[in-house]
Amino acid sequence: MIQFLVRRLFLVLPVLVGILLVTFIITRLVPGDPCYVMLGERATEASCNEFKSRFGLDKSIPEQFVRYVINIAQGDFGNSLKDRRPITTVIGERLPMTIELTILAMIFSSTFGILLGVFSALNRNSIVDTLTMLGANIGVSMPVFWLGLLLAYLFALVLKGTPFQLPPSGRLSAGMSLIPLTKVWGITDATGIKAFLLAFMSNSAILNGLLTGNYALTLDALKHLILPAVAVGTISLSVIARMTRSALLEVLGQDYIRTARAKGLRYSMVIRKHALRNALIPIVTIIGIQTGGLLSGAVLTETIFSLPGVGSRMVEAILGRDYPVVQGFSVVIALIFVFSNLIVDASYAYLDPRVRVK
Amino acid sequence: MRQRDNPYVIMLRRLFQHRSAQLGMFLLAVLIICAVFAEQIAPYDPIVPLKVGKRREAPCIHLLGCPADKPEHLMGIDGNSRDLFSRIIFGARLSLQIGISTVTFAIIIGGLLGAVAGFIGGWLDDLIMRTLDVLMAFPSLLLAIAIVAVLGPGLINALLAIAIIEIPIFARVVRASVLSVKELDYVMASRAQGASEFRVLFTRIMPNALTPLIVQGTLGIASAILSAAALSFLGLGAEFPTPEWGLMLGEERNSVFNAPFLVFFPGFAIMVTVLSFNLIGDGLRDVLDPRLVHGG
Repeated sequence: MIQFLVRRLFLVLPVLVGILLVTFIITRLVPGDPCYVMLGERATEASCNEFKSRFGLDKSIPEQFVRYVINIAQGDFGNSLKDRRPITTVIGERLPMTIELTILAMIFSSTFGILLGVFSALNRNSIVDTLTMLGANIGVSMPVFWLGLLLAYLFALVLKGTPFQLPPSGRLSAGMSLIPLTKVWGITDATGIKAFLLAFMSNSAILNGLLTGNYALTLDALKHLILPAVAVGTISLSVIARMTRSALLEVLGQDYIRTARAKGLRYSMVIRKHALRNALIPIVTIIGIQTGGLLSGAVLTETIFSLPGVGSRMVEAILGRDYPVVQGFSVVIALIFVFSNLIVDASYAYLDPRVRVK
Repeated sequence: MRQRDNPYVIMLRRLFQHRSAQLGMFLLAVLIICAVFAEQIAPYDPIVPLKVGKRREAPCIHLLGCPADKPEHLMGIDGNSRDLFSRIIFGARLSLQIGISTVTFAIIIGGLLGAVAGFIGGWLDDLIMRTLDVLMAFPSLLLAIAIVAVLGPGLINALLAIAIIEIPIFARVVRASVLSVKELDYVMASRAQGASEFRVLFTRIMPNALTPLIVQGTLGIASAILSAAALSFLGLGAEFPTPEWGLMLGEERNSVFNAPFLVFFPGFAIMVTVLSFNLIGDGLRDVLDPRLVHGG
């Protein structure tokens, strides 16, 4: 198992280099002299030369790439053009919310997706099955941003005054605020990775509330994320439900299922221990693949629900031509995507002994 | 060969008997009619503002009790005093064009890359496929956003970005089919008869990639339309005053609480269009996959 993971980790390396190369090339392809893009139209020749030598832009392209990789390895993504703040700080502020949203959406989509899929497969060709699968087809066809707006309309306006009312925008209710963990715990000397992690956990409202015992905060943050998570998760839910259905149907047709039934095993036991476990591999794969979709969906949903996450900041950065931010965020998102795929691969090895041996 | 034994005829007949494909084809037919006859169907100009009628006025349908002296607006009036129904109808034309053009582009480039990678093999195969792997390491919509960031916002650039993110899928599909048949006897036979490599690739090998390409292409159109709408929604694609559904939704997203119909209809149109391609794609997959013919 460990050997398998190590080998798989080595396979990630070329992809990582590729990701860095792509983001590097993308920022080099930006039209216009970077000096004028960064310093504005009033930059002089002298200030341009000074700028270029400061950022190493007077070196050869391969040298620049090596420098770029070394900087990123040291956790230096450069500064935002807009407010001159380090991009790592911006990531520490924005990423926690996006990750919370993605995880909640994933929990929502896999729980209900698997349940619906199993239900459909066990009642194959019934009216329920047909309706579920038609629903799943509609689910994959809905634009995330549209669903988000409809949910906001339904739960914030139509259901206003009922217990089902949910907030349509923002991260926290008025009056609620995030207190940095460094303040709560009285830490004053945090630097480097420790400082980043503390900032990261502080900015994760759900985690912050749990760690500091402020459960009202956690609950409020969760409430604000329910609608976005449902909007983001619906496409994945539909895909997972379809995959679960077809994977389970395929397994149910196998001889060993008949054998298990023939030896008198209870049907529920056969489904749980024999069928579902074997159907899980394609399901886990599809859940892993959905991570990318969920991250993309998070970007769209954040702008609708005015959530301060990576996505809304990235769109802002693109429209404001803040390339270092675009670049830094792209690298981080691609890294998350690659490592979530790695986790999926590792889970195959856990679920299917054959993968370990190969 | 008798007419009814023709595999394409059999395939088409099966497709017409496939329940979800029937629904998909019906929806697509409606959309195509809207797209082709947009000028005749749309009661108003999709771009020029109306002279009478308030901005963001709710739908007025005479059959549903709207006073007959008021002009009829089936889906209401948008924030720039334009008839929403007319804009939705013209949007169908644009969306179908978007879906088909991006996928055609992606199939041509992706197909060629995949065919070359699979047919020639060796280091070229590694180079092409590893490069595409890196493209696939980014969540697709985010990659499209990043590409638009470089190219600059605009519909054409957005379409290019969407086509680029769809390339790896088609390259993989074609490469897989090429690999599966390139060592088979009939290909060898064709070579032995002295056919050029070019001829072998395009007349003996590539036809095998057609089936998976049709399925993947149909589903690709669905995702391309969805991505284009998303980019336009974010303000990175189509620009004012183009009647593009995603843009229409984006322009009116802040009026969801006081004029929900302006958000509902464009999104519904996107959903129906995407749904039609998804249903047809699923149907095609069932019909074309020989393993599923008797099971499915």
